Amino acid sequence: MTMDRARAEAYPLRRREVVASLIGQRTDLLLVGGLGAPSNDIAAVGDRPNFMPLWGAMGGAAMIGMGLALAQPSKRVLVITGDGEMLMGMGALATIAVKAPGNLSIVVLDNERYGETGGQTTHTSARVDLCGVAEACGIRVVGKVVTAAELEAAKPAILEFAGPCFHVIKVKAEQEEMILPPKDGHYLRDRFRTAVLGAEAAKL
Amino acid sequence: MAEATPWQREIYRVLKAYDVKQVAYVPDAGHAGLIDLCAADNRMKTVVLSTEEEGVAMLAGAWLGGERGVLLMQSSGVGNCINMLSLPRTCGLPLLMLVTMRGEWKEFNPWQIPMGQGTAPVLQQSGSLVFRIDDAKDTADVVDGACRMVFEGCAIGAVQIGQRVIGAKSFGR
Ligand SMILES: Cc1ncc(C[n+]2csc(CCOP(=O)(O)OP(=O)(O)O)c2C)c(N)n1
Ligand SMILES: [Mg+2]
Repeated sequence: MTMDRARAEAYPLRRREVVASLIGQRTDLLLVGGLGAPSNDIAAVGDRPNFMPLWGAMGGAAMIGMGLALAQPSKRVLVITGDGEMLMGMGALATIAVKAPGNLSIVVLDNERYGETGGQTTHTSARVDLCGVAEACGIRVVGKVVTAAELEAAKPAILEFAGPCFHVIKVKAEQEEMILPPKDGHYLRDRFRTAVLGAEAAKL
Repeated sequence: MAEATPWQREIYRVLKAYDVKQVAYVPDAGHAGLIDLCAADNRMKTVVLSTEEEGVAMLAGAWLGGERGVLLMQSSGVGNCINMLSLPRTCGLPLLMLVTMRGEWKEFNPWQIPMGQGTAPVLQQSGSLVFRIDDAKDTADVVDGACRMVFEGCAIGAVQIGQRVIGAKSFGR
C-alpha cells in the first residue's frame, strides 16, 4: 500500500480553526489533549482548568477519557488527539466500544503525519481508515469530516449525542506556531480535579 | 462463573472497604474468581482491556474524575505498562495494581519466565511500590496495607500474588 504524502497538504480544514470551533471557551467539557500538536491547539484557543494536556502517555488519551467518562457520567468528556497517538492505542477503540460510555467523545485531528517528530507519514496516509476501525469495533457514533460544512454538521454529534462518539477530522498538514500548555503534572492534576470536584479534590 | 477462593473474597472485601469503583483487567486464571465477584457488583464498573497499559491510562482518568480503581493483570502484563506508568508518576496519581505471578516457583512455561522474573524490578524502576503475598492467609493484610499506601499515601503500588498462593499451572502434568 502506498503512502500519499501530498494528499494531506490539500485538506481544506485548518486544525487551529477546527479546535476553536469545537471548544470555544467552554468550561463544562472535560478535555483531554493528546500529546503534541492537539494539546497545543487547545492551548492556542485558551488554556483552562478543565483541560488535561498530555506531554507523554502516547496511546493513552482515549483511555484516560474513558476512565474520566465512567467517573463523571453527567459530564461530557472530549478527547482531542492525533492520528499517530490514536494508532498507538487502537485497541482502546474496541475497549471503549464494548464498555460504551455515552458521555465520551473522541476526535482525531488526522493530518496523516507524525507532526511533532518531523512530519513522517502515518498509516492513515495510506488506506488505513480509523473510522472503519471504530465502526468495526461497534462504536455507536462514527463520523469522518473533511469540509467546513461537514464539520458544522458533525458538531452536535461530537459535543452532545449519546456516544461513545468517534470522529476523524482530516486537517491540512502544516506546522503551526508552538503554543504550549502547562506541563507540570501535579499542577495539571490539582487544577483539573478542583475544576471537576471542587473542595473534594483536596481529599485523598 | 469461576468460584472465588477465600483469598480472592478477601481482596474483594478490601477493595470494597477502600471504595474502589473501577476495575480494569486483562484476564488471568489467577484473577478469575475476583473478576467475577467484581462483575457481579453493580457498584463496580468492570472493564475488560485489550492490553494492560489501557488500564493504567483509564485509572488515571478515573482519579482525575474522583474515582478509585484497580488494575488486575498477570505478571507478563506489567511489561506492557512500562511507558504508561510515566503518567501516574509524572502527575502524582494513585494507582493500584494486583499482579498474579507466573514465571516463578514451579513455572512450566519458559515464555513466562522473563517477565515473571522482571516484574518486581520493572515495577520498582517505574516508580511503583511492590508488595507480595506468598501465603494466602496474609492476603487481606497485604492488600489492605497496599491500598492504604496507594490511596491515602497517593502512591503507585503493585501487589504480587505469588504462584504458591495461586497454585502452579501444570496442564495435566
Ligand atoms: C511511546 C512514544 N513513542 C514515540 C514518541 C514520540 N512522539 C511524540 S509526538 C509523536 C507524534 C504524534 O503524532 P500525532 O498524534 O499524529 O500528532 P500530530 O503532531 O501529527 O498532530 C511521536 C511519535 C513518544 N512521545 N512516545
Ligand atoms: Mg498526526
